Amino acid sequence: MFYRESGDFKTNYADDQQSFPIKLDRYAVWVLLAFAFFVVPFFINDYWEKSVLVPFLVWSMAALGLNILTGYCGQVSLGTGGFMAVGAYSCYKLMIAFPGLNIFFVVILAGIITAIVGIAFGLPSLRIKGFYLAVATLASQFFLIWMFNKIPWFYNYSSSGMITAPERTMFGIAISGPSAPSWATYLFCLTLVTIFAFIARNLTRGRIGRAWKSIHDMDIAAEIIGIPPLQAKLSAFAVSSFYIGMSGAMLFGVYLGSAEPGEAFGIDKSFLVLFMVIIGGLGSILGSFLGAAFLILVPVLMKNIMVGAFGWPADLAAHLELLFIGALIMFFLVVEPHGLAQLWRMTKEKLRLWPFPH
Amino acid sequence: MDQDNRIGDTLLEVKNISLSFGGVKALTDISFDIKEGEIRAIIGPNGAGKSSMLNVINGFYHPQEGEVWFRGKKRESMKPYQVARQGVARTFQNIALFKGMSTLDNLMTGCITHMKTNIFLQAIWKGPAEREELEFRERVEHIIDFLGIQAIRKTPVGRLPYGMQKRVELGRALAAQPKLLLLDEPMAGMNLEEKEDMSRFILDVNDEFGTTITLIEHDIGVVMDLSDRIVVLDYGCKLADGTPDVVRNDQAVIDAYLGVSHDD
Ligand SMILES: Nc1ncnc2c1ncn2[C@@H]1O[C@H](COP(=O)(O)OP(=O)(O)OP(=O)(O)O)[C@@H](O)[C@H]1O
Ligand SMILES: [Mg+2]
Repeated sequence: MFYRESGDFKTNYADDQQSFPIKLDRYAVWVLLAFAFFVVPFFINDYWEKSVLVPFLVWSMAALGLNILTGYCGQVSLGTGGFMAVGAYSCYKLMIAFPGLNIFFVVILAGIITAIVGIAFGLPSLRIKGFYLAVATLASQFFLIWMFNKIPWFYNYSSSGMITAPERTMFGIAISGPSAPSWATYLFCLTLVTIFAFIARNLTRGRIGRAWKSIHDMDIAAEIIGIPPLQAKLSAFAVSSFYIGMSGAMLFGVYLGSAEPGEAFGIDKSFLVLFMVIIGGLGSILGSFLGAAFLILVPVLMKNIMVGAFGWPADLAAHLELLFIGALIMFFLVVEPHGLAQLWRMTKEKLRLWPFPH
Repeated sequence: MDQDNRIGDTLLEVKNISLSFGGVKALTDISFDIKEGEIRAIIGPNGAGKSSMLNVINGFYHPQEGEVWFRGKKRESMKPYQVARQGVARTFQNIALFKGMSTLDNLMTGCITHMKTNIFLQAIWKGPAEREELEFRERVEHIIDFLGIQAIRKTPVGRLPYGMQKRVELGRALAAQPKLLLLDEPMAGMNLEEKEDMSRFILDVNDEFGTTITLIEHDIGVVMDLSDRIVVLDYGCKLADGTPDVVRNDQAVIDAYLGVSHDD
């Protein structure tokens, strides 16, 4: 059977504008989801959970968030780490204040709090653009990390200055804390990311997504056809921060278990997520996942090969890894600015014509 | 004869508009009106202030003096998006499409002022958001048929040839179902055939939807054929205003266009 769209005719507009217009894509997505939900949990072990799957899911959520702001709405942000910290500290304070609250709602509420903070820090975007906005968001990154370090109320006056996630449950199963089983943390993150990936897809294909994209393409023209720029930009900041806040809450609550702001949410994390979005593909939901997978999995793979198979020293491997990732980022910026998602699209384009190229 | 029942009351009126940028006077004491249902042209040599006039009408420039009256009410100082929401749409002299988006998406964005579902319904999609999307998709498909751009529906507009982009930009403005449509040199840089197509679209829009149109155009032949009334600007001042016949025989207009000196 060939991968193709011919013969897959659309007879109404509803079919024409669905998420995966090609039948085979639709099946592939459902099969993948079924596998992730119903097969993986039975085989997952601690290594796969901690090194591969949960970090992939957490960073995918962050990449989705930044892609909404930068890829769709065109507002460059270097404050991702800071906003993840807002999500993490909100998560922590909520866990302590409401011990009985289901962790699912803790994460959602942490996202909402981050969204509000995101709106506040997004206000300057009406006046400043591009490079200057990036610098302003960089300032917010440093400010937020400084604040979480300096004000003891945020870390409940603990002597180490760290925050530690207590055990919190969902349906009686521990999701956070040291005794949470691998399959449970994995399924928890998978569920959240799946739900919010579909929501991101819905938001970006309709009215709001077009408002964001039009601001990205030409903000003056967008305003002249009736899009209030402030509202469009702030909604992008809000939605984006909501996702990033949830990812921060998941990173701290479910994955790390304890965190120190400068370490866990430093400027390097802002760049990490930005690189995910660039490598994966700006303005693409799929690209957010591809970028996160790439930057989480390639280091794991390289480490396994260089340290595990060749027996090289670990610090040499770490440096080579940085070099390699840096080179890749330059490659994508120069050769394929639309990222892996575009490479994937082009491959499909070719496949669609195969084996008759004309 | 059908002229008379096609054209209604005053839709928009500008009174004593003066606009300057630093020392440059772009417009000086301009007044004219636009009646409902008519095709109104603004002509004049390069730099006469025609585009500036449209920018004043759609709220992009704020004149130092003068008033804009829209549908019988004096308009307070407004942002461009507020003017758009009142039913004024426009196209630009240098095309201002969303280049990375498809033709279809550009036109759908044109409908945006009429779309109402909130962000939560959009997030769920199934239900009201999808219904609204399909309803406007239908409207946009009518415009696509009307303009004959079915073949480029899914093409990113940045890849289209110039003439096609002009057509898509007209489509995006039409998608807003405007009361007043402002066209800044819709036929600039087009060949004869493309100009004929565009003229037909303008007449059809005016005829079928009753849309009031104000257009700027350098091709005098086209202007004389299309418009009901013409305003002539020169160096930011109004030279003449009237039907094509009146304007054509106006001595000041002839002088301005032929560059005749005034000292005889
Ligand atoms: N934003 C601006 N800043 C400074 N000067 C401006 C601005 N916009 C227009 N002008 C000046 O105002 C005058 C009128 O310009 P405008 O673009 O309205 O002319 P036009 O009649 O549309 O000309 P053309 O036929 O070349 O399009 C020109 O002298 C121009 O330089
Ligand atoms: Mg002009």
